[in-house]
Amino acid sequence: MLDPSRIVEPDRVRREAYTDPAIFDLEMQRIHETVWIYCGHESQVPKAGDYYTMQIGRQPMIMVRGKDRKVHVLYNRCPHRGNMMCGDRHGNTGEQFRCSYHAWQFHHDGTLKNIPMMDSGYAGTRVNKGSPELNMKPAARVESYRGFVFASLASSGPGLKEFLGKSIVAFDDMCDRAPEGEVEVVPNCFRVIQHSNWKLFMENQIDALHPSVTHQSTGRAAHEVEKQLAKKAKAGEALSYHMLSAFATVTIDKWDNFQTINYPYGHCILTGYMGLRPQDPDTKAYDKIMIKAYGQKRFEEIVGVNIHHVLVYPGLSVQSPLQQLRAVRPLGVDRTLTEIWHFRLKGAPEAIYRRSLAYYNLVNSPATLINADDLENFWKCHQGLSSDGGDWVSFARHHGHDIEKPGEVSSAPNQGTSEAPMRNQMKAWAKYMQA
Amino acid sequence: MKDQHAVEQFLYKQSELLDTKRWQDWIDLFTPDGIYWMPPAPEYKTWDGQPAIFAEDKNLMTVRMNRVLHPDAWSQRPLWETNHVVSNVTIEKSSSKEIVVKSRFHMMELRRDDVRHFAGSYLHTLVKAKGGYRIKLQRVDMANAQAAYDYVLQVWV
Repeated sequence: MLDPSRIVEPDRVRREAYTDPAIFDLEMQRIHETVWIYCGHESQVPKAGDYYTMQIGRQPMIMVRGKDRKVHVLYNRCPHRGNMMCGDRHGNTGEQFRCSYHAWQFHHDGTLKNIPMMDSGYAGTRVNKGSPELNMKPAARVESYRGFVFASLASSGPGLKEFLGKSIVAFDDMCDRAPEGEVEVVPNCFRVIQHSNWKLFMENQIDALHPSVTHQSTGRAAHEVEKQLAKKAKAGEALSYHMLSAFATVTIDKWDNFQTINYPYGHCILTGYMGLRPQDPDTKAYDKIMIKAYGQKRFEEIVGVNIHHVLVYPGLSVQSPLQQLRAVRPLGVDRTLTEIWHFRLKGAPEAIYRRSLAYYNLVNSPATLINADDLENFWKCHQGLSSDGGDWVSFARHHGHDIEKPGEVSSAPNQGTSEAPMRNQMKAWAKYMQA
Repeated sequence: MKDQHAVEQFLYKQSELLDTKRWQDWIDLFTPDGIYWMPPAPEYKTWDGQPAIFAEDKNLMTVRMNRVLHPDAWSQRPLWETNHVVSNVTIEKSSSKEIVVKSRFHMMELRRDDVRHFAGSYLHTLVKAKGGYRIKLQRVDMANAQAAYDYVLQVWV
């Protein structure tokens, strides 16, 4: 294996970062199984015993709501013989977890509740109630921010808020847009697998240069229908087409007008471009409710937040103004699962929910009109990077022109297509990998 | 029996148009307000206002068709084919105007060198029209729908 600290240069990275299985194992250990990883939203598990399973790095985990109302995150493993406790993706475990192999039982926080014939079977052995190795192992740290649950499998390191830094705006922006200041999950998760390294997904999410190239076909096709609908004055209906057509109508040169702002730990914001403040009756009705809830001044602040995407490195891509997120679960060096969720703004009119739902269905479903071409590119990138046709991946666009301030690096004005976000991610990556 | 035969012929034609990539002819099978719907799970009762893998009216079908036909639809470049087999055709409800018919399908898809299999059921609400039927609602329940999608679906199943 190449020394990971020597494969990243400020404006380029060696291909092995994406393709070497040994590097993948090391980054799972030093990044995904160390930092704060998104588990799910508290509204996925409203009742005691409700659980969802997910991967943190290579570790199978359970997020469960306890009788104490707390959300716990546990390894999905029985301490007896290693059996997975939950075989389903989600469900309700009842009063306790009960292993399907030998009926060991555990409280929702993972502590041992009962072993059948404990006294007769284990007298005089090392196994006795109260020893921690008889509990289901919990994640070292669990924290929640505005309902979004994160876990870290390392007992030390920055706290969640410090880790998120300014990327915390992802959750504030999403929740603040709700008249009640909270969101709840729409109970459906779209799950799509790409045949490529997870970093290709993270880099693409805030790559302002790619949409008009990659998504040209859908953008053009949607723009035609949008024009027809606009002629018929169906403005509300046309909006979901605008979300698609923007991929093409914002041409390659115009993407420089937007900006990326990059933060420590690899996080990034891409500013907005879709013009999501239309003046149709549905938006006006929503605005009225928001002004009532927050007052004019705060309302303007909230809807004025100019974000398209927030990237919480290494595993989360949030589109806060559209109330959706994609959690990245690396399955292997060349296979990555995305789990895609949509949220409802509590207290907002149905029409506003439906607007973001249209984006969720058209862009983020397994029949996506957009990601089909991204996933194709990711696969092709991974194939090319696996070859001996070259050693380096270039991130040199506008290198040396970014604006550096303490704690952030922004693309310069009219340089929104700067590859600053990729440079920033690989810088964070290299730092983690040196640990 | 007459309906049974006519409905079967219609369902075979529907899948044949998909397999032969005659997209506009396929879209023309739908009524002006017709919907193609693939719910994320069997328990969904309506497409309206719900998460859906597909929930497309004719406008959205047109977007999808024109995307697929666009020369720069990169993921359409590799050679791909589908082959549907439709079977178990059962008329569930029938009136002078509408027929509700359930059937099962198996679709093999070739894309590049990879073969994928999809299977599930169709629930068609058909409207009797001049010279045959039009589709008011085509519900597609994929047996695969609850597993993660290995890559995506680009056209209708």
